[in-house]
Amino acid sequence: MNWGGAAEFFAMGGHGAFVWGSYAVSALCIALEAWLVARRNRRARAA
Amino acid sequence: MTAAFAAVLRRDLLVALRRKGDALNVLIFFVIVASLFPLGTGAEPGQLRTMAAGVIWVGALLAALLSLPRLFAADLADGTLEQMLVSAQPLPAVVAAKVAAHWLSTGLPLALIAPVLGLQYGLPGDALRVLLWAVLLGTPVLSLIGAAGAALTLGVRGAAVLTGLLVLPLCVPALVFGAGALTASLSGLAPGPHLSLLGALLAVSLPLGLWAACAALRVALD
Amino acid sequence: MFSNFFSFASPQAFYPVAGRMIPWFGWSAALLALAGLYIGFFVAPTDATQGESYRIIFIHVPAAWMSMFIYLVMALWAGLGLVLNTRLSGMMASALAPTGAMFTFVALWSGALWGKPTWGTYWVWDARLTSELILLFLYLGYMALKEAIEDPQRADRAGAILALVGVVNIPIIYFSVQWWNTLHQGASVSLTKAPSMAMTMLAGMLVMALAAWMYAIAVSLARVRAIILERERGRDMAWVRSMVNA
Repeated sequence: MNWGGAAEFFAMGGHGAFVWGSYAVSALCIALEAWLVARRNRRARAA
Repeated sequence: MTAAFAAVLRRDLLVALRRKGDALNVLIFFVIVASLFPLGTGAEPGQLRTMAAGVIWVGALLAALLSLPRLFAADLADGTLEQMLVSAQPLPAVVAAKVAAHWLSTGLPLALIAPVLGLQYGLPGDALRVLLWAVLLGTPVLSLIGAAGAALTLGVRGAAVLTGLLVLPLCVPALVFGAGALTASLSGLAPGPHLSLLGALLAVSLPLGLWAACAALRVALD
Repeated sequence: MFSNFFSFASPQAFYPVAGRMIPWFGWSAALLALAGLYIGFFVAPTDATQGESYRIIFIHVPAAWMSMFIYLVMALWAGLGLVLNTRLSGMMASALAPTGAMFTFVALWSGALWGKPTWGTYWVWDARLTSELILLFLYLGYMALKEAIEDPQRADRAGAILALVGVVNIPIIYFSVQWWNTLHQGASVSLTKAPSMAMTMLAGMLVMALAAWMYAIAVSLARVRAIILERERGRDMAWVRSMVNA
């Protein structure tokens, strides 16, 4: 463990916005893609 | 094969000559686009010189794009394209002739006008010469890649815009080296490497573009 | 064994197989991602020069690798379909494209957010970044072309030609940092030399890359199942109904 607490972890040495901004958008993209594919499958099965 | 090439080249050039309006429109579009930029960004000479490379190249790209739908559409409509496909003549020779005619009627005039526009942007004599060579080398690349793009979207709904979407990313290397040659010349560096790379691009686009265009035509008309 | 293997070239035969494969790849992806992120955030030390912002590497590099790799696989399937005239190959290429585009976007986005604190700029027009951006446009163009052509066979073959022409871009992205000495840093990981980064950082990066790969396979298989149902609808409604009701 490198971090002296949650606050330090989220701050990322002052670069928190950049680090978490990257990971958040990436997670969003992955979640969106998974949801879109699931929806496409649902529609393909229903029609 | 050369007979077929010569015949199709002659025919397409004749068609282009009879409908001078088409080629002229492309040229006028190029001049208008290049003239719009200083109006939009302000005509400060140093700034103009800096953006000359990019503006002239993008203008040439867009103008070349405008002329692409005409490459195969007319022949598709009256059945000539189908005849070309089933004839005993090798398709690459026929397509090469069409691309050559396209370049002679569109790309070459663009290349000859580009230095004049360069004057408008305050480019010095050396840079104008480099610009001429760069556009002379780059416009055939546009014609070749454009032919592949036009063949891929033949008869498709919304083909004009789709062709642009397909062709423009593939033309970016030509844009980078072409504009790079001009920028290098303006900063006093040698434009030679950029022009050589542009030449290499042309050498690669020739077989690749012709193959893609022929394959795409067969796919479209089967 | 090979006769069995090639029987899966039929979309109808492949559909249930893909369905069974998806959970394996999906769970692998999830577990590997968990492990990779743990290594990346709790094992790997603070970087001497970059501080904590370097931790973006654990999503940026895997995404960039996948963006190039998926394009090559997509072009391979598209090319196979063109040569062998197999429907499923074209469907697989269609299934891979959106995932490839997604990873390209993630690579560009994370790269921009990494660039700002570390090298002072969100974007620069160097060879690698420009080619990666072109890669995104190539994916989008491929997807647009396939959407625009109504006949699926023609769409597959036209798309294949486009994908193969665009393959030239991949070596340019990969080798651009060797050919041009500009902003994007050179290769720290090579097949022939020892890596120039700490082992824990490298480990985190490789585990995340594996996770991304497993994810890409899972999502593409799921998408190809939807495509199979959509395309087989016109040909064999009875089969589609049997799959849906199973």
